Amino acid sequence: MKPMALFYMRLRGILLKETLQILRDPSSIALALVMPMILLFLFGYGVTLDAEHIPIAVVSDDPSPLAKELVARFELSPHFDVIQARGLDQVEIMVGDRTADAVIRLQSDFTKIIQSGRSAPVQLIINGIDANRARLIQGYIHTVIGEWSVMRRQRGEAARVPAVAVSQRVWFNEGTESRNFMVPGLITLIMTLIGILLTALVVAREWERGTMEAMLVTPLRRVDILLGKILPYYVLGMLGMGLSVGVGVAVFQVPFRGSLSALLLFGSLFMLASLGFGLLLSAAIRIQFVAAQVSIVAGFLPAFFLSGLLFDLESTPRFIQLISHIVPARYFVSISHTLFMAGDVWSVLLPNGLVLAGMALFFVSMAFRKITKRLEK
Amino acid sequence: MQALRRILALVLKEFTMVLKDKKSRFVIIGPPLIQFFVFGYAATYDLKNVRYAVLDESRSILSRQLLSHVDGSGIFQLTGYLDNERQLTETIDKEAARLVIHMGPQFERKLRNATPVSVQVIADGRNPNVALIAMGYFGNIVEQFNQELQQQGIVSPGAPGLRLVDRAWFNGNLQSRWFIVSALGGIISMVVVMILTSLSVAREREFGTFDQLLVAPFTPGEILLGKSLPGIVFGLLDALLFSAGAVLWFRVPFRGTVAALVLALLCFIITIVGVGLLVSSLSTTMQQGLLGSFLFIMPAVTLSGFATPVENMPFWLQRADLINPVRYVIVALRNIFLEGADTSMIWPQLWPLLLIASLTLPPAAWLFRHRSV
Repeated sequence: MKPMALFYMRLRGILLKETLQILRDPSSIALALVMPMILLFLFGYGVTLDAEHIPIAVVSDDPSPLAKELVARFELSPHFDVIQARGLDQVEIMVGDRTADAVIRLQSDFTKIIQSGRSAPVQLIINGIDANRARLIQGYIHTVIGEWSVMRRQRGEAARVPAVAVSQRVWFNEGTESRNFMVPGLITLIMTLIGILLTALVVAREWERGTMEAMLVTPLRRVDILLGKILPYYVLGMLGMGLSVGVGVAVFQVPFRGSLSALLLFGSLFMLASLGFGLLLSAAIRIQFVAAQVSIVAGFLPAFFLSGLLFDLESTPRFIQLISHIVPARYFVSISHTLFMAGDVWSVLLPNGLVLAGMALFFVSMAFRKITKRLEK
Repeated sequence: MQALRRILALVLKEFTMVLKDKKSRFVIIGPPLIQFFVFGYAATYDLKNVRYAVLDESRSILSRQLLSHVDGSGIFQLTGYLDNERQLTETIDKEAARLVIHMGPQFERKLRNATPVSVQVIADGRNPNVALIAMGYFGNIVEQFNQELQQQGIVSPGAPGLRLVDRAWFNGNLQSRWFIVSALGGIISMVVVMILTSLSVAREREFGTFDQLLVAPFTPGEILLGKSLPGIVFGLLDALLFSAGAVLWFRVPFRGTVAALVLALLCFIITIVGVGLLVSSLSTTMQQGLLGSFLFIMPAVTLSGFATPVENMPFWLQRADLINPVRYVIVALRNIFLEGADTSMIWPQLWPLLLIASLTLPPAAWLFRHRSV
């Protein structure tokens, strides 16, 4: 027989073995297809930085219509649920036990000061434990007060016209919806899970159970073993990605402005890099327990914390930014955000894609070198 | 006496299993510690070095005065000046800057003629949180600039307005690092414990040694105790180490009592050991154990309020979240660190944890014998 025909025969054999192994253990399928769905729904509904119905307490010592009108503006805002409070000591307890996240206080001379032509103070106390939320609340309150001033000016009541006003525009994500940001990032996390966690165990398992020795005596070559380990998991990972994108767009209405072929191309590169990394761990460590720990520590957690998926990388200290450059997920998160929200911006896609291609090549060839056909390490 | 010796032997065996291998000894302490420090720095919502570009068509004294405020804020970092709107589009598209400040040609003239003028900010919405917060900062800078214009007499003081006087409690400078790092130790030690325990029974099942354990004169309760102790000891050790790191290294204030901290962490770790052992006793292979623990970790962390507030979730999800043990410890840790809670104040967070533990540990013990392989 020709060498090529032999190669195909061997490859078919090992592919069949690996596929059967995946199909027989329902937990692999669960990870590839059920987990993405669970995660999507969790992130789609559960993880949002947009705050609505924030409980705020209002202490108004001024019974005048003007103060009442300002309070009413807060009540009308979709961001706030207003609780009327009597005094400051009551409010102190409310902020402490979280029945109110912020307190707005209007002093008894509120109307008098405004009518006398000076700026009246609006006191604001925020629970600062969740700093990010606190800042968002500050921003929302600014907006409400700003809108009220504009309204008064239009009615001809002399409210100060700010000399310079800010007109703001947000591109690619006009409503600044967290979901549009979370779902594309999440797809990276899902692919990391399939690529690294699942494959980290597959070679180590063969060593631990002794089936690797059985494989060593077969005519399988290292290339065959590598391809046999990569291809089925590649298919599984891409299925997971396709499913996630489909649900993200169809159920969560996340825009997808790039092209599918670009997603397929860069998704494949990222998948290969992850698979290569997982296999490398697995072949180098040979103990499932340790391979599992390391895959989480070196694969999954960096993909969550150091990829820009949730926390902004550019605001971190320089050495963290340096470390993040060796995390493949970082590049794919950037690609995915751009593809979903901005479209095929090649000046973003190409550099990131090239790094991913380099990483895929590096990890897969390292894994190839580590898969030995000898018993001793 | 007899029972005590049996248990001691079993506990010794379990600890040896974890500690005998150099690699597995290392993964319990080393990587978690590295993670704690790296993620302590990485996990922040505070903005620094927000890259911005300027399209200043007026090139006037006043526009430069406004820009010097932006420059001096310490939050923004100038990447360059643009010449036209086409460049503006390009800059945002290719992420060369995350914010562009655009001032029209009439900027100064309008101001001096007492006509209201607007500054346009264009933000890259690919990260909406960064966009919102950066625009908020910019809004504050413009407000300051307005006041300055009044003081300089360029703009007449005009009619009255409102002045917002704000103050944040518990975290005066609004540092999100305090918020994240105080809870980070809980999350990382949970991952360690979860993996340790979820693999413990599964590994013995995969190797077939669990059958030997079952025919030995141990009751399921004793096996449960033996399997739980390493997880509890190492988990608590890790968690306390991280708490010390949070205070000593990251300078997170510690306003509560140490007793409350130890108690909260202990209750939490016991609960997690319960979940881990339940997962483990349900699995027959280590792969299943690992995936099972991920099926728990992912939703539990996501919905815990660690990174995003529980209050932002839809109401039905908040209800379902009541069975999430991680949620309680996160609240307890933040109460202890930042609000100064003592043991009695965190009790509302402790009893749900103990309740969950009492619901997961007995079925785990029962499944040791009754899970058919």
